Amino acid sequence: MDHFDISLVDWSRAQFALTAMYHWIFVPLTLGLSFIVAFMHTIYYRTRDEKWKKMTKFWMKLFGINFAIGVATGIILEFEFGTNWSNYSWFVGDIFGAPLAIEGILAFFLESTFIAVMFFGWDRVSEKFHMVSSWLVAFGSNLSALWILIANAWMQNPVGMKFNPDTVRNEMVDFFEIALSPTAVFKFLHTVSQAYIVGALFVVAVSAWYILKNRHLLFAKKSILIASVFGLLASLFVAFTGDSSAYDVAQTQPMKLAAMEGLYDGEEKADLNALGFLNNEKNNSNFKGVRLPGLLSVLAFKDVNAFVPGINDLVNGNAEQGILPAETRMKKGKISIQALADYKKAKNEGNEEMTSLKLKEFEENYSHFGYGYFENKEDIVPNVHLTFYSFHIMVGLGLFFILLFAWLLYASLKDKIGKSKLLLRISVWSFLFGLIASELGWVVAEVGRQPWTIQNILPVGVSTSHLSVGSVQTTFFIFLALFTILLIAEVKILITQIKKGPEEGGSHV
Amino acid sequence: MFSNLSYPVLQAYWWIIVSLLAALLIFLMFVQGGQTLIRQLAKNDKERSLLINSIGRKWDLTFTTLVTFGGAFFASFPLFYSTSFGGAYWVWMLILFSFIIQAVSYEYRTKANNFLGRKTYDTFLFINGLLSTILIGVAVGTFFTGSEFSVDKMNITNVSDPVISRWETATHGLEAAFNITNLSLGLAVFFLARVLAMLYFINNIDHSEIIQRAAKTVKICSAAFLGFFLLFIDLILTREGFAVDPDTKVVFLEKFKYLHNLLEMPLVLILLLAGVVGVLSGIFLGAFKISSKGIWFAGAGTVLTVFSILMLAGLNNTAFYPSTFDLQSSLTIHNASSSKYTLTTMSYVSLLVPFVVAYIWYSWKSLNKQKVNEADIENDTMKY
Ligand code: HDD
Ligand code: HEM
Ligand code: HEM
Repeated sequence: MDHFDISLVDWSRAQFALTAMYHWIFVPLTLGLSFIVAFMHTIYYRTRDEKWKKMTKFWMKLFGINFAIGVATGIILEFEFGTNWSNYSWFVGDIFGAPLAIEGILAFFLESTFIAVMFFGWDRVSEKFHMVSSWLVAFGSNLSALWILIANAWMQNPVGMKFNPDTVRNEMVDFFEIALSPTAVFKFLHTVSQAYIVGALFVVAVSAWYILKNRHLLFAKKSILIASVFGLLASLFVAFTGDSSAYDVAQTQPMKLAAMEGLYDGEEKADLNALGFLNNEKNNSNFKGVRLPGLLSVLAFKDVNAFVPGINDLVNGNAEQGILPAETRMKKGKISIQALADYKKAKNEGNEEMTSLKLKEFEENYSHFGYGYFENKEDIVPNVHLTFYSFHIMVGLGLFFILLFAWLLYASLKDKIGKSKLLLRISVWSFLFGLIASELGWVVAEVGRQPWTIQNILPVGVSTSHLSVGSVQTTFFIFLALFTILLIAEVKILITQIKKGPEEGGSHV
Repeated sequence: MFSNLSYPVLQAYWWIIVSLLAALLIFLMFVQGGQTLIRQLAKNDKERSLLINSIGRKWDLTFTTLVTFGGAFFASFPLFYSTSFGGAYWVWMLILFSFIIQAVSYEYRTKANNFLGRKTYDTFLFINGLLSTILIGVAVGTFFTGSEFSVDKMNITNVSDPVISRWETATHGLEAAFNITNLSLGLAVFFLARVLAMLYFINNIDHSEIIQRAAKTVKICSAAFLGFFLLFIDLILTREGFAVDPDTKVVFLEKFKYLHNLLEMPLVLILLLAGVVGVLSGIFLGAFKISSKGIWFAGAGTVLTVFSILMLAGLNNTAFYPSTFDLQSSLTIHNASSSKYTLTTMSYVSLLVPFVVAYIWYSWKSLNKQKVNEADIENDTMKY
């Protein structure tokens, strides 16, 4: 039983969550800012106006400071699949490894090669090649997002594969089904567009701070104008792609959707729990607040009359709606696992009749395979409160960003941007809100899919490496200390550079 | 084109690709070697800055090669990924820690208000240079010496204890550093990285005193490198190797297995000899002729040498990741690989590699038109 050591699983999860969430502090800014830099670089290239050169260099420098720590945290994630999720790496590595390798070959090299040109190319390469390099960096970083998100989407909605009982793992059968699954497409669109929000908010926050301090006014106003156009478009698109993501979740991960909405008892014409609080009751009186009638059915199935299953339906089953009780699925899962063992045994013994019988039994029950590892039906429920609040704060902030960018754009166009201290103060803080929304998005996606690493196939408890809890605890705290120290360094350097301002874009330290 | 290849051919093809990436990585680790030389070769801050900026423009490439090597190994031989990384946990973690601190150090070392101070970041660079070279060498050494682990895929059906790969020593990989074969390879890689770094400086930097110092130190480090390298080669060619019976797939110990591999694969023997000659002539050019061509000879030689050593470990019915705990748990390119479909798909992706190499080459050339000198660095607003 030592493997099912719950604290080993929990510490491994904690370590992954820690490192992923640290990585994610920096990634959205890289994704968003890279485009803003490329954009400014292009304006400089067209106008040859020194002001734009200064702006480009200034944002580029901030980009570089952020990029370095993004890379430092990223390498850990890639290798952690092996170090901490060893079973997982074999069980689905045939599918999961491919996007990671493609990411390296296609995206990371593009990014790192042209970043060197972008930083050191001033006066060394032709101006055109230099400008194109900035675009290639933006393109490369967004391409890396594409492949890693395909990998992540596949864990949420495992398609394009088949279990091979002889190698005892899942194998890829259709690459394009994996790369182009709706889950992957929505995930990519939603995630990169939210990164553009974060990038735009960063520019807005820095510029608003300058205006408050009455410095670099022209620079700041120009930056805000560019960022608010970029940000408004991005935030409208984020709301749209977020809605599509929720629709996709409803189709592929009904339990996650129920947790996002705190819905215990499934219903037709289900209400959307818009604004309010959850208590600990395990039925629909758990929510106190504003409900929007019928809207959840529309959101989830594009049909007011559609039935949206709740947590209780998924745990206890709902015969009317054709939902199997978790206990039935656990039984079928155990049958499937045992059939696999028997199949192997029969095959080794050369018993052909038994081999094909067991194979059939295995395949018939494979869609429940992962359930076979659970002991209690409640094990299939994620942390409802965490998922619910994360989801609602993310959406709330998303709507807020639309208003904020619209307001900023309006003020910019009317040239009133310096007039409202309130708007400027909100703008300075908004960058932090952007990061919070972004992190919470991942909490929804990753906590909401618990206890699965691969939906319905592999629970987290069966994914880990065979390590001592002490080892994982040790590395957890080393990561915590290292990343925190480096984060402090990054923030201090960023703030110092911002305080110096774009005028000194020409000097080094 | 790849869809017509047989499964074993695809597996060999991917062993070759992964080995090439590893070989390129070892070459590019001249960046790490350089990081251990800053204090030794530079006598003042300006010189230090010159050296750091010279290798600093390349660090990201080494890093990315490491990441891509990891990704490619995962995609092609996932059982290695899960067995070695999850088992030899501490070795890999130490390597990773050293790369985390490296990644920020260039960018942050001279920035105002950088919290830890420049000395700390320079120490980080030194630690990365020391640890990563030695430990990566040690880890590759275990391809020949083996590790204590067991693999049983069917354990996934054991609901109460579903462990596929199990490491059988509590030190989780640290034990590998106490094996003389592994250690000699680790130290060989370390000194090789330093040699390559100095040859790179001779090529890249316009500063006669530093070049003089580098040419002198190359001689000492080359001697150390050669000593450890020859020791390693001697140890593996004379030891028992982990052979696989091609029909029954049974793994067994064979006397002089790696020597046999070398003789049975004459092409590998030629590549190895060419590689060694390349490294030696690179050293000669750099140390005695102070020629900027040294790095190219030694670099190409390194790639060929590492590549052919990895061919010895994986091809010709050899277990590339042997288990000394349970011989039959050893990983071969056949039992550890991805499915035929995945290997085929990834092979198409691998066709892009020459294209990637071409644009890297082009950008390097554009950036490196002139050698770097102190004035050049001082005036660069983006310098490290
Ligand atoms: C600035 C950040 C940000 C903002 C404002 C929003 N999102 Fe978001 N959201 C993310 C950042 C994010 C994210 C970090 O990018 C996630 C995490 C995983 C993913 O695919 O995207 C995410 C996930 C995510 C998911 C879960 C997808 C899954 O589990 O696979 C849903 C349903 C939504 N979002 C819906 C929305 C809606 C309806 C929004 C309304 C405006 C919204 N998001 C705004
Ligand atoms: C960078 C953005 C991401 C963040 C912030 C994030 C966040 C999290 C969090 C909070 C958990 C812990 C959930 C829990 O244990 O309750 C987790 C787990 C995990 N996530 Fe993510 N995630 C991110 C991206 C990804 C991606 C792209 C992948 C795969 C390609 C992935 C794979 C995993 C795995 C394997 C686990 C561990 C198993 C588990 O606990 O489910 N994550 N992540
Ligand atoms: C949990 C899964 C993830 C893994 C294994 C991973 C892996 C990595 C690695 C190894 C690097 C360093 C690359 C280099 O050498 O240049 C990196 C950087 C990066 N990653 Fe991740 N990553 C993960 C999550 C994500 C997600 C979800 C995104 C985007 C949506 C993303 C986007 C990026 C980008 C843009 C960079 C460039 C550096 C930076 O952002 O600062 N990563 N990642």
